[in-house]
Amino acid sequence: MVENGIGVSVLRKEDKRFLIGKGNYTDDINVAGQTHAYFLRSPHGHATIESIDISAAAASAGVVAVFTGDDLAADGIGTLICGVTVTSDDGEPHRAPAHPALAQGKVNYVGDHVAIVIAETLAQAKDGAEKIAVDYGVLPAVTETARAADDDQVQIHEVAPNNMCFNWPFGDKEGVEAAFASAHKVSRLELINNRMVTNPMEPRASLGEYNTGTEEITLHVTTQNPHVHRLVLSAFNQLAPEHKLRVVGPDVGGGFGAKIFVYAEELVVGWACRKVERPVKWTGDRTEAFLADAHGRDHVATAEMAMDEDGKFLAMRVMTQANLGAYLSTFSTMVPSYLYAFLLAGQYTTPLIYSEVKAVFTNTAPVDACRGAGRPEATYLLERLVDVAARDMDLDPAEIRRRNFIPKDAFPYQTPVVQCYDSGDYVAALDKAMVLADYEGFPARATEAIARGKRRGIGLSSYVEACGIAPSAAVGQLGAGVGLWESAQVRFNPTGNVQVFTGTHSHGQGHETTFAQLVTEQLGVPFENIEVVHGDTAKTQFGMGTYGSRSLAVGGVAIAKACEKLITKGKKIAAHALEAAEGDIEFADGNFTVAGTDKAMNIGEVAFNAYVPHSYPEGLEPGFDENAFFDPLNFSFPAGTHICEVEVDTDTGVVEIVKYSAVDDFGKLVNPMIVEGQVHGGIVHGVGQALLEGCRYDSEGQLITATYMDYAMPRADNVPSFDVDYAPTDPPDNPLGVKGCGEAGAIAAPPAVINAITNALGIKHIDMPATPENVWRAAQGAA
Amino acid sequence: MYDFLYHKVNSVDDAVAAMGNADDGKFVAGGQTMLPTMKHRLASPSDVIDLGGVSDLVGIANEGDALVIGAMTTHAAVAASAEVQSAIPALAKLAGNIGDPAVRNRGTLGGSIANNDPAADYPAAVIALGATVKTNKREITGDDFFTGMFETALEEDELITAVSFPIPMTAAYIKFENPASRYAIVGVFIAKTVDGNRVAITGATPCAYRGMKFEKVLNEDFSSNACDAVEVSVDRMNSDIHASAEYRAHLVKVMVKRAVDACG
Ligand SMILES: Cc1cc2nc3c(=O)[nH]c(=O)nc-3n(C[C@H](O)[C@H](O)[C@H](O)COP(=O)(O)OP(=O)(O)OC[C@H]3O[C@@H](n4cnc5c(N)ncnc54)[C@H](O)[C@@H]3O)c2cc1C
Repeated sequence: MVENGIGVSVLRKEDKRFLIGKGNYTDDINVAGQTHAYFLRSPHGHATIESIDISAAAASAGVVAVFTGDDLAADGIGTLICGVTVTSDDGEPHRAPAHPALAQGKVNYVGDHVAIVIAETLAQAKDGAEKIAVDYGVLPAVTETARAADDDQVQIHEVAPNNMCFNWPFGDKEGVEAAFASAHKVSRLELINNRMVTNPMEPRASLGEYNTGTEEITLHVTTQNPHVHRLVLSAFNQLAPEHKLRVVGPDVGGGFGAKIFVYAEELVVGWACRKVERPVKWTGDRTEAFLADAHGRDHVATAEMAMDEDGKFLAMRVMTQANLGAYLSTFSTMVPSYLYAFLLAGQYTTPLIYSEVKAVFTNTAPVDACRGAGRPEATYLLERLVDVAARDMDLDPAEIRRRNFIPKDAFPYQTPVVQCYDSGDYVAALDKAMVLADYEGFPARATEAIARGKRRGIGLSSYVEACGIAPSAAVGQLGAGVGLWESAQVRFNPTGNVQVFTGTHSHGQGHETTFAQLVTEQLGVPFENIEVVHGDTAKTQFGMGTYGSRSLAVGGVAIAKACEKLITKGKKIAAHALEAAEGDIEFADGNFTVAGTDKAMNIGEVAFNAYVPHSYPEGLEPGFDENAFFDPLNFSFPAGTHICEVEVDTDTGVVEIVKYSAVDDFGKLVNPMIVEGQVHGGIVHGVGQALLEGCRYDSEGQLITATYMDYAMPRADNVPSFDVDYAPTDPPDNPLGVKGCGEAGAIAAPPAVINAITNALGIKHIDMPATPENVWRAAQGAA
Repeated sequence: MYDFLYHKVNSVDDAVAAMGNADDGKFVAGGQTMLPTMKHRLASPSDVIDLGGVSDLVGIANEGDALVIGAMTTHAAVAASAEVQSAIPALAKLAGNIGDPAVRNRGTLGGSIANNDPAADYPAAVIALGATVKTNKREITGDDFFTGMFETALEEDELITAVSFPIPMTAAYIKFENPASRYAIVGVFIAKTVDGNRVAITGATPCAYRGMKFEKVLNEDFSSNACDAVEVSVDRMNSDIHASAEYRAHLVKVMVKRAVDACG
């Protein structure tokens, strides 16, 4: 048995450097001759640029250069791309307006990029920016998701009539209509999925360096996927050919999706460092993060469920309007379409589903993936609708779920919405969660709360999500511009220690620990002799990065496959050294042994022989260093039930979460401590959405929640201590038996919280965020 | 931030003199309000006069019938003071709940009341306790000090030196926090004194005010039920994305009742 292998809660390797202040974030990196960049941004939601005069700015003290959109265009730098195609109901691809990195004649949201000022100091760059004279022709703005496609709204992009990006119908419309026509009962719900600012702790930053000798650009950037950045910046933006572009995502202080995308700032910084032949550094401040990071969610939807007399779901119909913001961010089109509608079956056997998604442009920041990306929107809608259905059918919310669950012997289960679920036991998770939450004891607690003047409620959320993104062929068919395999290299050094190169990127997830556990388990090399390397295209062979809870389920398997190759090769080397037949060599716990004998050789010695091949198998390549790619056969489908219990103070509308229980199926857990941390963080993210976070623009497109004084983030005292447990199943498609856990909490929590509030107040629905005032008003109505 | 002249002074006189010589000077205390404004380039004083070295402005003294707290005393110091905790525990609690530890370790009593943010906590205490604001020039009663949103009776070159808080029989502060900023959406300070009850309300309106109608009913019957008789007018209430005027008016009464109950 190895120490610190799979299943052990090893303390995180990376924490030492973070805790003693030795993390190395993009803004920590300073290079000789560095200049500082500041972006002049649009103060208007929607305006034409009649003229820009940069002369005073260019002459301002310390200013090195000022560039506008014309300069980028003159150098043939491409506009920012969206990598996934969605086909609209007219058979045409989604409308894709040009997304210039620096505005060309028009700005479309507050925070849109107008010019870059590069100076010796940041203060001088800001002084310079104040001297740029921009003559704006202010236009009316479109900011409401629900109204953006209306005829009376102003047009943002010529190529997108009625501000429509796409109208994407999906599913069996006639079948659903017929089922609705003959149903015993139809439950209906209109809801809003509130817009969120993703808010990683570290703001985005980039540092571009150009080497005039090698003609190579090195771009340090806050990214979740350095190779994707390199690919997009090379192939679509002509920044530099891939072999002349090095992208480094050093330590990154949280991403939650917002650092997947290729943003204007990093493209412009990467380009400008060559123009000025000096390193250019840009670090966003918190206001810029609010204004110009991609936001998340922002749907308005109507959902209907048709049922028979027993509350069995017969068909579901969902009409969704999704806000994509002013331009298409890198993966934006995929979020309210494939990542959303394909999850609408949830944990249920609903045989017929029809969905229509209208995606609209507005004068707001681009909207893209944010922790869960589409799946929280689907889960919130479905799990709220199921509670409304339970109410309409006079069934307990647990009972209606039970009646409709996909039974555990039905896996793999083909849903009517493309996805084929790998494994699951939804009843087991529900049962365990109900015990953990003491569901039975709830009525007594509710009565006791009334005596204290409080209203207590309990809410369930049984979710399923698709992660391990993703099988390349599947996403290719859907219109993705990339493959979503993952790559790994496992390299022994001659002295026996190991470097593991992964194409995933850790920005808080603890890969350096989890992946080392995988390798110590498989190769028997002591945990402390394993170093996980990621985040630098010059060090790591290749990779697609970290999002969609894919790092372990896809990247981990690539590592395991590289380890297998090492074992295969090691057997040859050991057989030669031990003078045995290759077929007689067995490998376990780091030792190659000749079966049935005590002749053995440690893998470290094998590695040494491979690099010092004085006596070595004929024809075998020296070296002990293997590469592997892994392309999954299917997504993985984590699932579970979360139960939230709240107390509502109806005098003030304050909601207190008094108990929160989560039972998840993540397959096998490599490091239970890290998994639990992900679950906790995810739940807090979801509680934030449910109770606190609401990103709001006014009718002119001003972001009125642009600081933490107005945008409420969840804090430790907003949540109780969580009760977390697991009901694992074994996913047959994943060689490691793992599913992914990074987004589950953010997906499961919002409906659990809202279902608890509606239960407490005896109301049908309340929109998120359920702020004290909204809850107070709902309680007035309910009383 | 724009460039400015920085002055480090050791006495009230030097501070006032430096201010007199400045074009557009500003005192800086804890900097918790002023520095963010300067960093965002929303304020550009020509001179910044740092009161951090003026030791006369720091300290807490019990003068028998009043606590005198120096203007530069931090929120953390007030919260941790045994003197305050025993004489006016509600004041220690109020200070201990301002912002977060970093804010409390820098932010000061003088800075808070000079700034007079409509959602700040201290103004409610100053008014309800019938405190006196001492400056380099004069003494100003709490009732006269706060004149409007972010406005006070202070003159340009006037420096708060201390605040004298009469010690009440009992007092309580109840704050309904803004979920984002944790400032007061509505904060109610009630002090029971030998001369009657004083009620002050912050957060609800552009400037903290005395709840005279509540005082009247409470002087007759000091009970939360008695407060039901008071109508809180919606007209003067602030309204923003966190709380409408109607909700704030409702909260005022709820918080007054809770403060009454907390007075015991
Ligand atoms: C994150 C955060 C949360 C906060 N939460 C709360 C909260 O919950 N409740 C609350 O009440 N406050 C809150 N505050 C404000 C905090 O209490 C500040 O400390 C206070 O408003 C200003 O005090 P200061 O000492 O930092 O003053 P400064 O910022 O230094 O100065 C503020 C103003 O007062 C003037 N001034 C300072 N001292 C004097 C003096 N002695 N005489 C005359 N003028 C003077 C300055 O010239 C300036 O105009 C918060 C602040 C932050 C940053």
